[in-house]
Amino acid sequence: MTIAPREYDFVAARRRLEAKPKAAGPKLVSLEAAAALVKDGDHVAIGGCLYSRTPLALVWALLRRRPRRLTFSRNLMCYEGEWGMVAGAVDKLVTSWMGIGLPWGLSRIQREFVEGGRVEFEEWSHLGLGLRYRAAAMGVPFLPSLTMLGSGLMDVGGSKTVECPYTGERLHAVPALFPDVAIIHVQRADRLGNCQIDGYPHMDGDIARAASTVLVTAEEIVSEDEIRLHGDRTVIPGFAVDALAHAPYGSYPHECYGAYDSEPEHFTTYVEGIQQRGAAGVADYLERYVYAPGSHADYLALFGQDRLTRAVERGRMLTT
Amino acid sequence: MSATANELLAVMGARELRDNTTVFTGVGAPMMASVLAQRSHAPGLTMMVEGGVIGPMWKPGELPISTNEMRAAYRAQALPGITDAFLLAQRGFFDVGFIGGAQIDCHGNLNTSAIGGYARPKVRLPGSGGANDIISLCREVMILTVHEKRRFTERVDFVTSPGYLEGGDARRRHGLLFGGVSRVVTTLGIFGFENESRRLQLLALHPGCTLDQVRDNTGFEVLVSPNLTTTKPPTEEELGILRMLDPRRQFIG
Repeated sequence: MTIAPREYDFVAARRRLEAKPKAAGPKLVSLEAAAALVKDGDHVAIGGCLYSRTPLALVWALLRRRPRRLTFSRNLMCYEGEWGMVAGAVDKLVTSWMGIGLPWGLSRIQREFVEGGRVEFEEWSHLGLGLRYRAAAMGVPFLPSLTMLGSGLMDVGGSKTVECPYTGERLHAVPALFPDVAIIHVQRADRLGNCQIDGYPHMDGDIARAASTVLVTAEEIVSEDEIRLHGDRTVIPGFAVDALAHAPYGSYPHECYGAYDSEPEHFTTYVEGIQQRGAAGVADYLERYVYAPGSHADYLALFGQDRLTRAVERGRMLTT
Repeated sequence: MSATANELLAVMGARELRDNTTVFTGVGAPMMASVLAQRSHAPGLTMMVEGGVIGPMWKPGELPISTNEMRAAYRAQALPGITDAFLLAQRGFFDVGFIGGAQIDCHGNLNTSAIGGYARPKVRLPGSGGANDIISLCREVMILTVHEKRRFTERVDFVTSPGYLEGGDARRRHGLLFGGVSRVVTTLGIFGFENESRRLQLLALHPGCTLDQVRDNTGFEVLVSPNLTTTKPPTEEELGILRMLDPRRQFIG
């Protein structure tokens, strides 16, 4: 049984939220200042999905602080989970699937760390994890569902069933997951933290409501008027956001809908490093791309403006 | 034209889909099958993709690698988000769920989690993703898989996604009120399930494939339908559509 009462204690989670100021003030800080709000031992829910709208700038800034004993949770975990394990930052991963995608094969790092018992790996179905965040976003301790019933996954996290008080049917009582921190990348926000997302919303609206502390990066910081002109696109209200940083290419080399495409060739190079040298390949990558560059702009410079420009062109082509 | 393994799966899978229905489709062969059906006999087929994408019209040459990328969302009718996408399945909006290969047992249970013990596995696999949800929530589920002995085993090491569990009415007893696996389409033939025992039962062989071949590549006793038939080979038209969609052969092999 791996779920902890703190994860679904909806009363305590509500008290934590009530104790926070909801002032409609400016939320803009530096990327580094935003990442500094993550404490050792925190459960960090990561926005986006797989290699789409991953808050990689925040992951980058977070790992540079050499954090310890973190839990990362994400619907589909891409290589940020590998980074966390190899960096020694993460003790536990919570997800429904881990890898980059079919062409890149099994995650050798997941294999090495999970088969060796070096990290705890808690698996849910995709909807199972989505409902955990949704229950927390709704402020309730569980949601009834028909998913995962009868499968081995029920035992992994210690799921319980509940008898419906109306129909008598037995349902999966999917436990809430209130993360300590949510990290999210969006296309645009105003300085007050009102965040708009284009394209698929993934689970970001839910993790922003579920977490105690919400850190956001945005491709663009726009005027309050511009947000008000299209209030229907605002997925995360400013009062839910604790810190906002301006981070152009904040998901790169993952994709950001409408803004830029991902870089599959870069993934291939990264995976080749692992095929040749195992975890040392990831350690080298972290040294080169995460620890060495002094700023996020320096990190982007490692890819070069030409590649960024081409990724932008592909991103436009795929959304028009 | 001779077909690759993935082309065969896509063609045979596509033929199982009917026009004017809804399909919740996974990446790889299921996705190829769904698009092929859409572009041949089932123009009224609506696809749902796991990333939270309804009714996309994928661009030839730009098929998605993941269910959560811009290529998957190309010209979608709606982008409801992942949790809400699966909740549409729980509500009952999907006629067919379409998922890919894994370790599979005689009752259609799938393992994509771990080979060997679960806690300290011999081989840790990627995990369920949405497969458990699709198999639990769609009205009918079809599995497309390469037919190999190491995949077809009497009991899976771990039930990631429930087929008929222990067989008989086990699904119902565990609270899975709806759905069930209707077809397992492999590179050798097409299986259904025997009514009582809910064990895999061979319904048809693909052209050139034999019963012995199926037995040799299956780790449990193969039940054979008394009305065993042979499927029609992939047509030039079917293969032509697949090759037009995937000119770089990223998915069809």
